[in-house]
Amino acid sequence: MTNFIFRRLIWMVITLWAVFTVSFFLMHSIPGGPFSGEKALDPLIEENFKRKYDLDKSLPEQYLLRLGDVVRLDMGLCMKLEYPANKVIADGLPISALLGSLALASAFLVGVTAGIVSAVARGSATDVGLMAIATLGIALPNFVVAGVSILVFVFWLQWLPAAGWGSIEQLILPSICLGAPYAASVARIARTGMLDVLSQDHIRTARAKGLSPLKVVLKHAMPTAMLPVVSFLGPAVAGILTGSPVVEQIFAIPGLGWHFVQSAILRDYTLAMALVLVYTALLYTMNFVVDLCYSLLDPRIEWK
Amino acid sequence: MTAVENERKSIDRTHPAAKAPSDRQGTSLTQDAWRRLRRNRVAMVSLGLLVAVAVLAVLTPLLPLAPPDRIQTRLKFMPPSGPLLERGFVFDTDALASATQRATELQPEVDRATAKLSAPRLSEDAAKEAAADYRRLITMQRGLTQKAYRDAGYPDLGPGARQMVQLRLAMFGEWQFGPLAGRDKLGRDILSRIFWGGRVSLIVGLVATLVSLAIGVTYGMISGYAGGWVDDAMMRVVDVLYSVPFIFVVIFIITVISADEWKATLEFYGINRIVIFYVVVGAIYWLTMSRVVRGQVLSLKNEPFVEAARAVGVSHTAIVFRHILPNLFSIVLVYLTLTIPRVILFEAFLSFLGLGVEPPDVSWGLLANEGIKVITPVKVYWWLILFPSLAIGMTLFALNFLGDGLRDAFDPRLKDQ
Repeated sequence: MTNFIFRRLIWMVITLWAVFTVSFFLMHSIPGGPFSGEKALDPLIEENFKRKYDLDKSLPEQYLLRLGDVVRLDMGLCMKLEYPANKVIADGLPISALLGSLALASAFLVGVTAGIVSAVARGSATDVGLMAIATLGIALPNFVVAGVSILVFVFWLQWLPAAGWGSIEQLILPSICLGAPYAASVARIARTGMLDVLSQDHIRTARAKGLSPLKVVLKHAMPTAMLPVVSFLGPAVAGILTGSPVVEQIFAIPGLGWHFVQSAILRDYTLAMALVLVYTALLYTMNFVVDLCYSLLDPRIEWK
Repeated sequence: MTAVENERKSIDRTHPAAKAPSDRQGTSLTQDAWRRLRRNRVAMVSLGLLVAVAVLAVLTPLLPLAPPDRIQTRLKFMPPSGPLLERGFVFDTDALASATQRATELQPEVDRATAKLSAPRLSEDAAKEAAADYRRLITMQRGLTQKAYRDAGYPDLGPGARQMVQLRLAMFGEWQFGPLAGRDKLGRDILSRIFWGGRVSLIVGLVATLVSLAIGVTYGMISGYAGGWVDDAMMRVVDVLYSVPFIFVVIFIITVISADEWKATLEFYGINRIVIFYVVVGAIYWLTMSRVVRGQVLSLKNEPFVEAARAVGVSHTAIVFRHILPNLFSIVLVYLTLTIPRVILFEAFLSFLGLGVEPPDVSWGLLANEGIKVITPVKVYWWLILFPSLAIGMTLFALNFLGDGLRDAFDPRLKDQ
């Protein structure tokens, strides 16, 4: 167990380093830079700017300097916003993460319920209907879902406010739109997993000894059926917690997602790198958690 | 003795396997799959729908639609209304004739510039000047060819599409569909924009997926067939690439090539955002494909038929291409139908951020985005959201269902996965 955790931690460091290196050289290999924008700066000012952000140094030097920053967990000043990248993340991540967790929780609940109902009532009209809705959820872009739900819930029924951040009502629509595609995928995966488990021997035994159908499904089948769902949700968590640019833009939410796009458009190396690394670290951690969950859900699986 | 013989004969006659092998055709895996697919009603409806969408997309310039980019600000935000057909299509054939004539007149000059460019022993300055001259002439010529179409309200058209527009003009004259799906903030016809957007969205989805397929299949096949440390190393690379947030990389590259100083040069060589998009998406979506293919190859290479091929001395290349590749067909086809919708969604996502298709071209993503942007508490132009969403939703819905159906058909064991 300790050995397993230790090895995974080492791999995480290696992955982070590899992602850092790939991103660093990718950013710097493309001509132009954060200060070669639409309006030409005075050469002196540009030079000063470049000196401030070490852009006047050679590429290997810059690489080592930035690597040092990452090791100290201080990403430095954003090149366009004039305040530390750490602060941008500290401000934006909680907002995106709160919205993301809500979306995930609802996606998980709705998806798993739909999946199990669908599997138990296999072949019935309920099953077909639920899976058609799930496919629709996967097929529609989330800005379309957002657009239609704004039309219906905000303008037509007038139940909810259109956009903004601060009150609980303002959280409902964005988290539904963010969670919808995940709920749809979870439903399909949960259904498959459940069908798989329901045909196994221990379920027949459980039924044979006279347990109620509800107990058979919830207590004996569900844990194993959750395995594929968990392995799908692990990587999805990283994406959902770092925010969706689309949903955050439509609902005017000051999360990280929008910075993700802006830092790339403005070529803000510092902020971009900080966001990339946060994302990678989250992704890796989530995959790690998924592996830990496996053996909790299915004791036959060992940590390797 | 005779009794036994007779009995054997009667057995032979009744036993179905005793028929001569030549008049019994075996069914291939693909035929089996097709038979199973035909029994799946949802998948067949999806297939029919997709074929219809594809045919309509190809024939769009031929249909009596209004031009997709014809601006009529006076009619802006007109809600969906009749009539089914109206007179209103304007195309200046005289202007086209004169522009074509001027373009042909320009040809000798272009030829001269080409000759100058390829002349031997050119000084650096002269070469640069000749290149600039050549580029200017070609751009001018292209502009002339497109002018009449642009004035009528079409985006830049290829030669085939131009022929079709001419044919449409001959067949339907000035008749066109009325604003059945309404008009947008510039008075452009939404119905027509949905058709033209479909052309772009479908092509984008198809080409980008094919690029990713080529990379993924090659990579996965090499990795799986080589095995050992090569396989380990190649799969570690895939693992690391999985953790790079690619949305970010795509946005980064697209912003750079959209910068003004690059755009003109790149566009001259036919490289615009869509082309970059093909390459970049191809470069991202191959990851899953390579994993899937590798897994399949790993199991295939231990099958008896590969062993047999090796035993009779078939080379590794021949084994990979003749014996393993055909067996990947089913899995690749399934993955293809499931990747196209993801790519179309991704293009829509980029269009939403203003980084996808550029006007005057349209795509479904761009249309839906334009619809979302004009939502105001005062007035809701529902047709700007509803119709493009229906088009995207229906197509992607069908693609997903067809993909599921294909998977079940090729591998019944995987049913319900």
